[in-house]
Amino acid sequence: MAATTMAKAINAGLRKALENDPKVLLMGEDIGKLGGVFRVTDGLQKDFGEARVIDSPLAESGIVGTAVGLAMRGFRPVVEIQFDGFVFPAFDQIVTQVAKHNARSAGRTPMPITIRIPYGGGIGAVEHHSESPEAYFAHTAGLRVISPSNPLDAFVMVQQAIACPDPVIFFEPKRRYWDKADIDESIDIASAPSPFQARVVRPGSSITVACYGPMVRTVLEAATAAAADGTDIEVIDLRTISPLDVETVAASVRRTGRLVVVHEAPVFLGLGAELAARITEQCFYSLEAPVIRVGGYHTPYPPSRLEEDYLPDLDRVLDGVDRALAF
Amino acid sequence: MTADGGPELVQLLTPEGERVHHPEYDVDLSDEQLRGLYRDLVLVRRVDSEATALQRQGELGLWAQCIGQEAAQVGSGRALLPGDFAFPTYREHGVAWARGVQPLQLLGLFRGVTNGGWDPHEHNMALYTIVIGDQTLHAVGYAMGMQRDGSDDATICYFGDGATSQGDVNEAFVFSAVYNAPVVFFCQNNQWAISEPLERQTRIPLYRRADGFGFPGVRVDGNDVLAVLAVTSAALQAAREGQGPTLIEAFTYRMGAHTTSDDPTRYRVSADLEAWKLKDPIERLRVYLARNGWADHDYFDAIDAEAETLAIHLREGCRSMPNPEKTSMFDHVYAAPHPLVEAERAEFAAYHASFAGGEH
Repeated sequence: MAATTMAKAINAGLRKALENDPKVLLMGEDIGKLGGVFRVTDGLQKDFGEARVIDSPLAESGIVGTAVGLAMRGFRPVVEIQFDGFVFPAFDQIVTQVAKHNARSAGRTPMPITIRIPYGGGIGAVEHHSESPEAYFAHTAGLRVISPSNPLDAFVMVQQAIACPDPVIFFEPKRRYWDKADIDESIDIASAPSPFQARVVRPGSSITVACYGPMVRTVLEAATAAAADGTDIEVIDLRTISPLDVETVAASVRRTGRLVVVHEAPVFLGLGAELAARITEQCFYSLEAPVIRVGGYHTPYPPSRLEEDYLPDLDRVLDGVDRALAF
Repeated sequence: MTADGGPELVQLLTPEGERVHHPEYDVDLSDEQLRGLYRDLVLVRRVDSEATALQRQGELGLWAQCIGQEAAQVGSGRALLPGDFAFPTYREHGVAWARGVQPLQLLGLFRGVTNGGWDPHEHNMALYTIVIGDQTLHAVGYAMGMQRDGSDDATICYFGDGATSQGDVNEAFVFSAVYNAPVVFFCQNNQWAISEPLERQTRIPLYRRADGFGFPGVRVDGNDVLAVLAVTSAALQAAREGQGPTLIEAFTYRMGAHTTSDDPTRYRVSADLEAWKLKDPIERLRVYLARNGWADHDYFDAIDAEAETLAIHLREGCRSMPNPEKTSMFDHVYAAPHPLVEAERAEFAAYHASFAGGEH
C-alpha cells in the first residue's frame, strides 16, 4: 500500500471497526459532513450513515455522557473531542462515570468507549489547542490511556482501543497527523502487538530515552544526531501511559544504566515523574545517574510564537542525555 | 412561584382524597390496582423510615430519605413497561421498588459495602448516581441506542430541582431534542436542594424550561399518585410513538432532611412542613379507597403488618450484611486485566499476609 498519513491511517482504522462491528458508532463535533476538523473521519458518514457517524451538539459532556448510555445499551461508542483543551467540560463524565461504571456494577455495565483526542503542540495554534492533558486521565483508575507515534501504530491501535472492553483515551499527536508510512490494511489486530506494551524503536547501548506520541520522532532524530558523536541512544516508544509498561523500560535501563524521559506535557507530576520513581525502585543498583526528565514547563501552554521554546526539541533531548551522561 | 403549584398543576386526586377530572389526563384503574398503589406507597415509606432508623443506629453511614415523594416515585415507576430503562439519582427508593430491586439492595451503598448494589440489566434500572445530573445524559444515550435498535421502549431519568441548574441536564435536554430521543425527564421538584430553595435555581416554573428546548413540559401534583401515573404514561407513550422527550415537573416536597447528615431546621420553617403534611400522598389515597368501599380497616391493617414484616427483614438483613473482602477493591476496576491493579493487589495481599495470623 502507498504511504499513508497518520490522519488517513486512523480514518482507515475507524472504517475497519465500523465494518467489522455493527455496534461501533462514531460521535463528535463536525465529524460528519466535514469529516472532522483534521479530516480524520472524512467520508465515514457518507458510507455508514448518520445513525452511526453522528454529528453531535457542541457539548463535550453531552458527547461523553450519552456515550455512557449507549455503552450501557450495548454499543461501542467512539467519540471525538475536537481538541485537547476542550476535553475538560467532559472531565466529570469521564472521571466519575466512564471510569467507574465497571467497578460500581461489578462488571455488569462495562464501558467499551474510545475517546479520541488530538493533542499536543507544534502547529502554531491558538490557546487551548496544543495541550497534553494525558496525566489527568492516567491518574484515574478505570481508564486506559494510549498514544500512537506513527501511522501504522495509529491504524492498529485505534482498532484495538475500540475492541477493548475498557474505556480507552486515545491521544492522537496532531502535529504528526501528516507524517507518512506504509500500512498493511490486512493486518490482524488480534495478533498484532498489544497496544498496552511499549516498543524499543531504536536499540542502543549508551542510554535509554523513553517517550511517546509526538516526541518519538523528535527523540529518534536526536538519537541519529547523537550517534554521529558516538552516543548510542536506545529509544523506547512507550505507546501506553496506563497501563504503563515499566518492564520494557526497566529491562533497557538495566543494560544502559541511564534513563531520560521526554514528553510535551509539563514535567511536574507528569509521566516522567512516575517512571522515574518506578525505575528508581526497580533498577536502583543499575542506575549510573538520576532519571532525567525533559518536558513542558509549569506554565500555561505559551502563545504559539513561544511554543518552540516550550516544547522539547532535538537540542533539549540531547541536553537531557548529556546531563544523564555527565554522572 | 405559587406554593400550591398553580393552575397548571395536573391533579386527579385532591389532598382530601377527592377524585377530580382533568381535560387531558386520566387513568382507569381497577380497585385492585388502586390498592396495589396504596400498598406500594406504604411499603416504600416504611423502607425509608427503617433505613433512616438504621442510620441513626449506626448501621448505615448515610441515608437519603424519600418521605413525601413516594407518589412521584411509585406513580412514575409503575408507568414503566418492562423494556423501559430508569436512571435514578440516589433518592429513588420508590422507583427501585417499582422496578423490583429488593429494598435490601438499596442499603449496600449507604452502608458502605458496595458502590453499586444490583444488576442494572436485571431490573432495567441504572445504579444510583450521586454526581448531580450526570445520569440524565446516560438516559439520553441509552434512548439513542433504543432508537438504533428499532425498539419501542423508552427511558426515564430522575433528577431534582437543584439539578436543573447543572450543565449536564441542559445538555441532556439539547441532545434529546435534536435527536428526538425517547426519554422522559422526570424532575421531582421537592422545593429544596439541601438548604437552597427553588428560588436559587430558577425564575420560572421548571416545567416551562422545556419550551426553550422545544419539547413539552408539564407540571403534575407529585403527591398525587394517580396524576403522576397518568402524566408519566402519556409521556412514555409519546416517546414510544416517536414524539421525543417530555419534561415532567412533579411538584412535591421533601418532608425529611436532604440526607441524615442534614439539619433542615437551620434553613426552613416548620409551617411549610405542616402545610405539606396536609397534602400527604398516602393519606389521600387511603381516604379515596375507604370512601369508595374499596378497602377497609382490615386491609389497611394488613398492609401495615406487611410493612412491619418488611422493616424487620430489612433491619436483620442490614445488620447481617457482611463487609466486603478486603481485596475486592481491586476487582472489576477494569474489564480486562490491568498489570498495575494486579501488582497492587499482590502487594496488598503480601502486606496483610506479613502479619502474624495472616490478617492485619
